Amino acid sequence: MAETGKAKTITIISGKGGTGKTSVTAAFASLAAPVVVADCDVDAANLHLLLSPEVEKSVDFYAMPIARINQDLCVGCGLCNDLCRYEAIVVQDDNYSVDPLACEACLVCKEHCPEQAIGTVERQAGYWFLSQARTGPMVHASLGIAQENSGKLVTEVRKAAAEVAEKEKLGLVLVDGPPGIGCAVMASLTGADLVIAVTEATQSGLKDLIRVNDLCNHFKIPIHIIVNKCDLNPEVTQAVRKWAQEAEAPIIGEIPYDTDFTKAMIEAKTIVEYKSSRIGDELKSIWNTVLETMKSIV
Amino acid sequence: MRIAIASGKGGTGKTTAAVALARVMGSCVLVDCDVEAPNAHLFLNPEVQNTQDAYVMIPEVDDGKCTGCGECSRVCQFNALAVLGKSVLVFNELCHGCGGCVLACEPKAITEGGRLIGTMQWGKAGDLDFYDAKLRIGEPMSPPLIKALKHQAELSEAENTILDCPPGTTCPMVEAVGGADYCILVTEPTPFGLHDLNMAYQTVQELGIPAGVILNRAGMGDDCIQNYCKANGIPILLEIPHSREIAEGYAAGKDILSSMPSLEDGFKKVINTISEGLNNG
Ligand code: SF4
Ligand code: SF4
Ligand code: SF4
Ligand code: SF4
Repeated sequence: MAETGKAKTITIISGKGGTGKTSVTAAFASLAAPVVVADCDVDAANLHLLLSPEVEKSVDFYAMPIARINQDLCVGCGLCNDLCRYEAIVVQDDNYSVDPLACEACLVCKEHCPEQAIGTVERQAGYWFLSQARTGPMVHASLGIAQENSGKLVTEVRKAAAEVAEKEKLGLVLVDGPPGIGCAVMASLTGADLVIAVTEATQSGLKDLIRVNDLCNHFKIPIHIIVNKCDLNPEVTQAVRKWAQEAEAPIIGEIPYDTDFTKAMIEAKTIVEYKSSRIGDELKSIWNTVLETMKSIV
Repeated sequence: MRIAIASGKGGTGKTTAAVALARVMGSCVLVDCDVEAPNAHLFLNPEVQNTQDAYVMIPEVDDGKCTGCGECSRVCQFNALAVLGKSVLVFNELCHGCGGCVLACEPKAITEGGRLIGTMQWGKAGDLDFYDAKLRIGEPMSPPLIKALKHQAELSEAENTILDCPPGTTCPMVEAVGGADYCILVTEPTPFGLHDLNMAYQTVQELGIPAGVILNRAGMGDDCIQNYCKANGIPILLEIPHSREIAEGYAAGKDILSSMPSLEDGFKKVINTISEGLNNG
């Protein structure tokens, strides 16, 4: 990768969970090292289990402050309960309080409480880390239990990864994105130069691939596809290929169903670090295609 | 009885388990709450009887009445409003529909419009009442749609409900699992499976919902899940063996009871164990 100019970003997403996205990202990290890796799947962060990063810096992440009722000032008028649209005010024996899991942090209740009985509480929702992994710098996060949707944290992780790339003069950032098509996925797509969707050759995999492609189209981002478990069902694989051709979303690699991914995971290795395996070789050749593709689009 | 099927990690077999449990229960409601990636219908081929769009409130500003006072933008915690002179720019996708701006606008220049967040559908799959929803492409927030879908499904007369939940442990999962009597966590015997099971288990504990585990693809990895469950006193309700046959069946959209009929007793036992536990507890 070029050593000058702004780093390029490859973002790896999947639509459906469990397609092998993180294993593929980790393999690419091994092949591209030294490279900056960002784990934006903050909701189920697993990349660190393969890359064993050592944390160098940990930064607190705060969610939006939520409402809290001061029982000493509250006169029990019930206005907050009438105005709250999220059923977050709990009334028990004329005592008013806020359910922190339901509160949306809109602060409408605080704005209108006639007694100024409502204040806010800061919520430390998690951390993000700047670490050194076997493959180079890594930015990852750990979100607390039952926290709000992670788009904001994803954005912080992404920005920190771009900064460290610039500081260490590394030309490439690999982003492991979340599954689905919601707010966290959108936040991880921002700034991507190349988006790779890892799907599996199953009916569900194809359905979710179509939805994730629709999302990328919506933002006018072209995607490239890797089909995992390509030998489970020839008909479904054929259907994926046909769809990809029609959607003009090129397939840049196909990986057979293989438990070596799991065996490598148990040894905390990426598949290309694990003893020589046919899928390891497959991933090396896919990575070369990725590099070629990068040249042609950026 | 309301049973939620969840998992921290995606792709562990939540939908597989939800469909099989619904099948062995006979008449019940199956709600596919994974509105970002709804797949249960692929295995059930339901006959859709109704569809309905779901909306969240967004503000609509009448520039003729707006004085440019800036109050709406001040109260909005989500930066969804920008006041420019005597008109207001609304960033629809940032709005959470709290209604704060409507209350704040003294000249009453703001009325409530709607933003389409997705489409719900429901119908019959054999004895089952089936409900699912698709998040609109480009819509960032799935929890309001999950909430609307669960409300809709409450209209069904069936006594028992199975909630197929989205992966993860953040608000979409919390919204889907909320109100369940019991939560089944589906996982697989790998380091990723273990890590995410731990997150999901802590989440349901925080929510005060009793939980048990279905271990899918047993034998594929190591025995980290058995050890974890033992150490934390979590019951393993069922182990589904690792089998290429099941994976091939899944790929084709076949439900697991058709690929491996011998599992039927196991799933029945899961239901019995849970209902006995709930009746005695
Ligand atoms: S609006 Fe204020 S005073 Fe009235 S019930 Fe709520 S917290 Fe208490
Ligand atoms: S901040 Fe908003 S969501 Fe939270 S309790 Fe107050 S009105 Fe309800
Ligand atoms: S409804 Fe609430 S979130 Fe939406 S624009 Fe108004 S104040 Fe902001
Ligand atoms: S509060 Fe009402 S009048 Fe004031 S800027 Fe907003 S829309 Fe205009």
